[in-house]
Amino acid sequence: MIRINGENTDLDGKLLSEYLEEQSYNTMRIAVERNGEIVPKASYSSTMMRDGDSFEIVTFVGGG
Amino acid sequence: MIPGHDEWYSALEERHGKELQRKFSQSTVAVCGLGGLGSNISILLARAGVGRLVIVDFDKVELTNIHRQNYCAEQIGMYKTDATEQNIRRCSPYTEVVKHTVRITEENIQSILSEADIICEAFDSADEKSMMINKVLTDMPSKILIAASGMAGLDTGNTIRTRKITDRFYLCGDEVSDVNDGLGLTAPRVSICASHQANTVLRIISGKSEP
Repeated sequence: MIRINGENTDLDGKLLSEYLEEQSYNTMRIAVERNGEIVPKASYSSTMMRDGDSFEIVTFVGGG
Repeated sequence: MIPGHDEWYSALEERHGKELQRKFSQSTVAVCGLGGLGSNISILLARAGVGRLVIVDFDKVELTNIHRQNYCAEQIGMYKTDATEQNIRRCSPYTEVVKHTVRITEENIQSILSEADIICEAFDSADEKSMMINKVLTDMPSKILIAASGMAGLDTGNTIRTRKITDRFYLCGDEVSDVNDGLGLTAPRVSICASHQANTVLRIISGKSEP
């Protein structure tokens, strides 16, 4: 299983960039944490989602 | 008559205790963006006796800022870095202030923030927040970052909270209330979020890593 934002999913082998695109994330407005570390934006297209991984995708909104 | 340096720090030590005040005094905190969040964060940290503040903003104070940002009528037209420094001096005359009146970019961010132990992200635009957060967390591995997302409107203040995303990344706000949806920002709610950020800074300096 792969946990994404607290939900269990079965996406073993999918590329992070593919998942983000399928879910319509705007990659200009997110940060992705994987197993306690931030995934560099340049690595989204080479990051394979693996069984046992835990992801949090944080979306930012404007205002400050 | 403004009290002298030693008298000022004795008063802080009396309130915080010598050990905690020593930690505050030895810390350098950067505040990036001096709008509704940053204008408040800067003053809160200065009052607490944080030793050095690095404040960054390229913009000037406008009339349309005053309803939510910690500036006064006579400061309209000043650079926000200059106005914030003036406000810091009024509440905490011995805080060291380092001003950068520039727009933070991927190119200059590392040199501007090199001396900071803890960095507060206090930008307005979601794209700039994302740029800065990703850049600091990817390329500046010794820094702790406290960012903010979601504090617009007049929803309850009770939804604004602090979450720890990684060991170096804390996020304050309700994470949903976008400035472009409806009312925009109001002073109390943006101040609540600023206070979450400042509180997290002081907690981390004091050795408490949980939000």
